[in-house]
Amino acid sequence: MALQSLDIARRSATTTDSPSVRQTTEVAKLIDVTTCIGCKACQAACMEWNDIRDEVGSNSGIYDNPRDLSAESWTVMRYSEVEEAGKLEWLIRKDGCMHCADPGCLKACPAPGAIVQYANGIVDFHEENCIGCGYCITGCPFNVPRISKKDNKAYKCTLCSDRVAVGQEPACIKACPTGALQFGSKQQMKDYAEERIVDLKERGFKDAGLYDPQGVGGTHVMYVLHHADRPQLYNNLPENPSISPMVALWKGVAKPLATLALAGIAFSSLFHYVIKGPNEVSKELEDELEEEDAS
Amino acid sequence: MIRNPKDLQRYTAPERANHWVVGICFILLALSGLAFFHPAFFPLAQLFGGGTWARILHPYVGVIMALSFVRMFFRFRELNRMTPADREWLSRVGEMVDGNDHNMPVQGKYNGGQKLLFWALVVCMALLVISGIVTWRAWLNLPVVVVRFGAVIHAATAAVMIGLIMVHIYAAIWVKGTIRAMWYGTVTRGWAKQHHRAWYRQMTGKS
Amino acid sequence: MTNHWVDIKNADVVLIMGGNAAEAHPCGFKWVVEAKKHNKAKLVVVDPRFTRSAALADYYAPIRTGTDIAFLGGVINYLLANDKIQHEYVKAYTDFSFLVNNEYAFDNGLFVGYNADKRSYDKSTWGYQMGKDGYVMTDPTLQDPRCVFHLMKTHYSRYTPEMVEKICGTPKDQFLKVCETLASTSTPDRTTTIMYALGWTQHSQGSQMIRAGAMVQLLLGNIGIAGGGMNALRGHSNIQGLTDLGLLSNLLPGYMTLPGEKETDYRTYIDKRASKPLRPNQLSYWQNYEKFHVSLMKAWYGDAATKENNWAFDYLPKLDKMHDVLQVFEDMYQGKMNGYVCQGFNPLASFPNKAKLGTALAKLKYLVVIDPLATETSEFWKNFGVYNDVDSTKIQTTVFRLPSGCFAEEDGSLVNSGRWLQWHWKGAEPPSEAKSDIEIIAGLFTTLRGMYKADGGAFPDPILNMTWPYRIPSAPSAEELAKEYSGKALTDLEDPKDKTKLVKKAGEQVDGFAQLRDDGTTSCGCWIFSGCWSQAGNLMARRDNADPFGNGQTLNWAWAWPANRRILYNRAAADPAGKPWNAKRKQVWWNGTAWTGSDIPDFKPDSNPADGMGPFIMNPEGVARFFALDKMVEGPFPEHYEPFETPIDTNPMNTNPKAISNPAARVFKGDMEVFGKSKDFPYAATSYRLTEHFHYWTKHCLINAVLQPEQFVEIGEELAAEKGIKAGDRIKVRSNRGQIIAVAVVTKRLRAMMADGKKIHHVGIPIHWGFKGMTKPGYIANTLTPFVGDANTQTPEFKSFLVNIEKA
Repeated sequence: MALQSLDIARRSATTTDSPSVRQTTEVAKLIDVTTCIGCKACQAACMEWNDIRDEVGSNSGIYDNPRDLSAESWTVMRYSEVEEAGKLEWLIRKDGCMHCADPGCLKACPAPGAIVQYANGIVDFHEENCIGCGYCITGCPFNVPRISKKDNKAYKCTLCSDRVAVGQEPACIKACPTGALQFGSKQQMKDYAEERIVDLKERGFKDAGLYDPQGVGGTHVMYVLHHADRPQLYNNLPENPSISPMVALWKGVAKPLATLALAGIAFSSLFHYVIKGPNEVSKELEDELEEEDAS
Repeated sequence: MIRNPKDLQRYTAPERANHWVVGICFILLALSGLAFFHPAFFPLAQLFGGGTWARILHPYVGVIMALSFVRMFFRFRELNRMTPADREWLSRVGEMVDGNDHNMPVQGKYNGGQKLLFWALVVCMALLVISGIVTWRAWLNLPVVVVRFGAVIHAATAAVMIGLIMVHIYAAIWVKGTIRAMWYGTVTRGWAKQHHRAWYRQMTGKS
Repeated sequence: MTNHWVDIKNADVVLIMGGNAAEAHPCGFKWVVEAKKHNKAKLVVVDPRFTRSAALADYYAPIRTGTDIAFLGGVINYLLANDKIQHEYVKAYTDFSFLVNNEYAFDNGLFVGYNADKRSYDKSTWGYQMGKDGYVMTDPTLQDPRCVFHLMKTHYSRYTPEMVEKICGTPKDQFLKVCETLASTSTPDRTTTIMYALGWTQHSQGSQMIRAGAMVQLLLGNIGIAGGGMNALRGHSNIQGLTDLGLLSNLLPGYMTLPGEKETDYRTYIDKRASKPLRPNQLSYWQNYEKFHVSLMKAWYGDAATKENNWAFDYLPKLDKMHDVLQVFEDMYQGKMNGYVCQGFNPLASFPNKAKLGTALAKLKYLVVIDPLATETSEFWKNFGVYNDVDSTKIQTTVFRLPSGCFAEEDGSLVNSGRWLQWHWKGAEPPSEAKSDIEIIAGLFTTLRGMYKADGGAFPDPILNMTWPYRIPSAPSAEELAKEYSGKALTDLEDPKDKTKLVKKAGEQVDGFAQLRDDGTTSCGCWIFSGCWSQAGNLMARRDNADPFGNGQTLNWAWAWPANRRILYNRAAADPAGKPWNAKRKQVWWNGTAWTGSDIPDFKPDSNPADGMGPFIMNPEGVARFFALDKMVEGPFPEHYEPFETPIDTNPMNTNPKAISNPAARVFKGDMEVFGKSKDFPYAATSYRLTEHFHYWTKHCLINAVLQPEQFVEIGEELAAEKGIKAGDRIKVRSNRGQIIAVAVVTKRLRAMMADGKKIHHVGIPIHWGFKGMTKPGYIANTLTPFVGDANTQTPEFKSFLVNIEKA
C-alpha cells in the first residue's frame, strides 16, 4: 500500500470502491492572490522540482510567460489589469490544477488508474496508465491538463504528491517569498483565509472572499480574492465551475443507459430467435419453384 | 463452388468487398470505442495492443470506414429511396417481427426496414465523422466546449449505431439464406420470392 | 539600511518610493506583507509605473521620473505647515535649533558660492555659527531666523501641493493623501519605514533624493526606531559588503577615506577625520578614527607598518579626484588607459551609453575579465549583428578571460541590505578550470610580487611589504580573510582601567572595534566588521532565530555590523530621559545605570541621559542634520533639479537657466552635447529590472529565460494608440545615443501625466537582455542611457532620460 497520505480514494475508469477504511487529513493549497507579487518563483520551483523545462518562448506583449499551461509548465501566472472604481488593480493569479473534490478529469478518463484521487484530496495523473486520449482535458472545468507533444501523455500539477507524501509542502509553497502560497489541512487553510478576508475587508475590499467552488465539490487549491464576487476578473477564473453537463451526460448517465440498451438489443434478438425461430423460406414457395423447374 | 445456376445475383464482388471493409472497420471501431466508453469494456483495448494503441488506431480506422461508407452510400443510395409501399411495410413491421410475414406488402430489393436502417446509418456516420474529427486531439486542438459537445455526440451516435448494426446482423441471421448474399453474392430464388417479391419478378421476369 | 529586512514587519506605514521591492527584492518584500498582515500596516507606493509593488499597495500615487525631491520637498512642507512632526524628537535629536552661518543663502535655484565654469560650489559658507566656546551656537526656542528650522521651513515653503503637481504630475489630491498617510506616523507610537533602491540612487541628484527622504523620516521621528528608518535595498547579494569593504575609488574599508593628493601629512589626514565634538558632552565617535586606521594598516602591512613610518601612510595612494567607473571609462575613451581588470562586472551592459563604452574598450591594449559567465564585455569585440555591430578587424584589444566560480561555489560571508554578515558554505565545486575569485586575485598578486622581487620596479614597497600570512599563499581561505577583517591582538592587551588584567592575549581575536588601538598593538582589516569572528568563533555562521522580545531583532542570527547592532541610531528609540517612546515597541532604554534592550544600544553604554549626549554619535554634533553643511556637493538642502534630459525643458522651481538640472553634477565634454532635447525625444524613459531576471546574469539560465524570454518595452495605452502600436508589435526606441528594438507591452500601468502644462508619457525599459545567454538575443538597454551620474556618488542617471518611439 502506498504511503498513508497517498491512499488512493478514487481511480479513473474503475467501478468499484477503492480501499477507504483509513482516514487521511484533507490537504489544500491556498493561493492568496492579494499578497501575490507575480514573481514566478513558484513557476521556477515547479520546473526545478519536477524536472520540466518549457521552451524559451517569446514575448507576446504581456508579462505572462510561458504563455499558457503546457506539459512542461504545470503552473503559470496570469496577469490582469483591471480598473475598479477608477482605481487600477493588477490582479495576478497563479493558475494550475485546482485538485477538485469532484474531478472532471477523473470522471472523463477512460483508462483505469491513469487518474487517481488520493485520500488527502490530491488529484494525480499516473502517466504510465495514460492512453493519451485527452478526455481529461474535455472533462476539466478549469482547462488545466495538457497532452505532451513528446509522449502524448497528459500532464498537470501533482500538488507535489511526492513531497506531500513525505510530509513536505509542495515546491511552489516552499519557494513563495511573500507567503502568498500556503499549504496545510483544508480546514487550516480555510481558517487562515478567514483572517485574510477580515484584513481585506478592513482595507475596503468589501467583496473579499474565499474561492472554493462547490460546483466541483470544493477544491484542494483555493484562492483568496479581493473580488470574490467576480472571479472572472482574474483572467477568467470561472465564476461557478462545475463539470460540464455535456461531460456529465457523456460519462454519467449515458454510460450505463447505453450499455443497458445495447445489452437489451442483444438479448431481445436472442430471445426473439429462441421464441419465434428462424425466418426460413416457406415450404410452399420452394415447392412452387421446384415445380417450375420441373416443367 | 456449389452454385445453383438459377440462384439470383444479389451483390457483385466489389459491393461485397465494400460492405465487408465497412463492416470490419465498424467492428474494430465499436470494440475500441466501447473500451473508452465504459470501464467494463476497457479490456477490449487489449485486442488492439492496449489502450494507447486503441486510442491511436481508432480514428484512423474511422477514416477508412468513413471513406468506404461514402463509396457504399453512392452504390446503394438509389436503391434505398423510400416508396409508399415501404411506408406501409414499416407500419406493419410488427407482424413481420412476430414471424407472420405472409401478408406483408410486396418489397423490392430492399424492404422498408432495410431502407430505414440505411438512412439511419448514413445519419450516424455523418455525425460520427464530424464529432470524431473535432475530438481528434492528435491533429486538432479545438475549444474545449466544442470538444465536449463532439464527445457527447460521438458517444451517443456510436451507441445508436452499434444498436442498429446489432439489429442489422440479427436480421441477417434470423432471415435464413440472407448471409450468403454477402458471402458469395447470390440468394436462392425462393428467398427472393419470399422476401423481395418485386425484386424477384424484376430479376426473373416471372410473377 | 538603518534598520533591517525583518524589522520592516514592525512598520505602521511602508513607503516604497525610488524602488520596487516586490519586483527587485521579492524575498525581502515578505516583510512588507508581514507588516500588512500582522501589523495592519498601510503600504504606499509612489512610482512612475504601477509596479508589482503597487499591485499590493493600499495607496499608489504616480510621479514623473526624476522629480522625487519635489515630491519629498512637498511632503516636508506639508509636515512643517501642518505641524505633523514629532516635536520632542526633532528638538532633542536634530539640528533644528542650530544656527547657520549668516552668509549662507539660496537664490533662484542656486546656493551661495556657485562657480558656473567649474560646475561646483565654494562651500565655505555652508556651515554653522560658532560660539566662543568652540561649539555651534543654538537657539532652543527656535526663534532665530538663522536656525536650521527656519531656513528649512523657508526653503520648502516653495514646495506647495500645486508646485508638486506641476513638477511631478502627481494630482494634488493623491499627493495630499500620501502626505496624510505619512503624517499619521508623526506620533511617537507610530512609524513609517521608507524603502528605496536604484530608483533614487540612479539620478543626477540621487543622493539628495535620499537625503530628502531621510529628512521626512527625521521630522516624523522615525530614525532609530523599530519599524522606521531609511532602508536602502541593495541589489547584488553582497553589494553592501562591497561598499563596507571600501571597493570604491575614494574609500578604505569601513567607510574610512583615502587621503587626497594634498593630504601628504599623516597627522593632518587623521585630525581632519577624527572630528572633535561640536556640542558639549557629545561622543563624536569618529574621534577613534586613528585606532581603526592604524589597525587597518597593521592588517595590511604588519611589521612594515610602524609608528616611525606613520603606519605606512606613504603606501596609500593619494587621490586627485574620484576615479569612479564613469571617470575610468572617460579616461579609457580618451585613450589614457592601457589595461582594465574587470572582476564580476559587465560594464558594457551595466553602464550608460554602450556606444561610448564599446569605443573605450576598443582603445585598451588588454582587458582581463574575471567572471563565471561569458559576458557581453568579454565579447565586446565580436560582431553580433544588430546587437553588437562592430568591426572586429579594427579592434586590437587582447581579452583574457579568467573563469571564476560563482557565489554558490565558495565559502564566505555575504552582507545583506540590513548589514548582516551571513556566512554561507560552498554548495558545489567551480566547474572545469574555474577558480574562486580569491584564488585568482591571490594568484595574480603572488605572481606580481614575484616579478617585483625579481625585477624591482617603481615603488615596489607596498607590494613587497604586504602581509600575506595565509597557509596557501595562492589560495587564502575565506576563514583566514574573515578573521583578518574581524581583527586580533598583536600583543597582550592590558585593560586600561586595571593594568593587572589582560583584555586579550597576543594572537587572540578581538571582541569588537572598542578594543582596537592606535599604537600598533591590534590589527583589523575592516573596523565595522570587528567582532564578527571573535575568540568565540565565527559569529556570522550563527543560525539561532530566537526572538525573545518578539520584535524581530534575533541577535543570535548571523552577525550585523557594527557590533551586532540591528538598528542604527537606536538610542533615538528612547526619549531624552531614556524611556522608550513607545512602550509596546521597546528597543533600547536606560535602566538607571546602563543602556540595555532588545538590540545592542548604539550609544555610549554608560552615558546617563541626564548628560544630554545625542543619539547620532557618529556626527560631531551628536544630532541628525537637516542642514547637510558641506557634505553634499550641490547644497545643504535637497533642491529639485530636472534630469539632464528633461521632457519639460525647464525647472519650474526657478527661472535660472543654470539651475535646470543639477548645477554641480560632473558632465564630461562630449556627453553634454549628446543629451537629447524634448523636441526630438519627447518621452520620459526609465530603465529598470524585472523579477524574472537578475541583471545580465540570469539570461544565461534556462529557467529564467523561460520565465521572461524576450526583450520588451512598456508603454501606456494612450501613447500606443497615438502611435498605432499594439501589444506584441516590435517598436524602435531611440535616444540621442542609439536605438533598440523590442516587443511592445502596452499597459494600463503607465499613464500619461500632466507636468508643467505638458502631457508626459513614460516609456519603461527593462534591462536584462544582451547578445549572450539563453534568452532571445536583445539589445543592451544602456545603448540609450546618458553618460552622467549623481553629483556626489557618480551613480549613472539610468532612471530618467528621453527617447522617441516608433513602430519598427
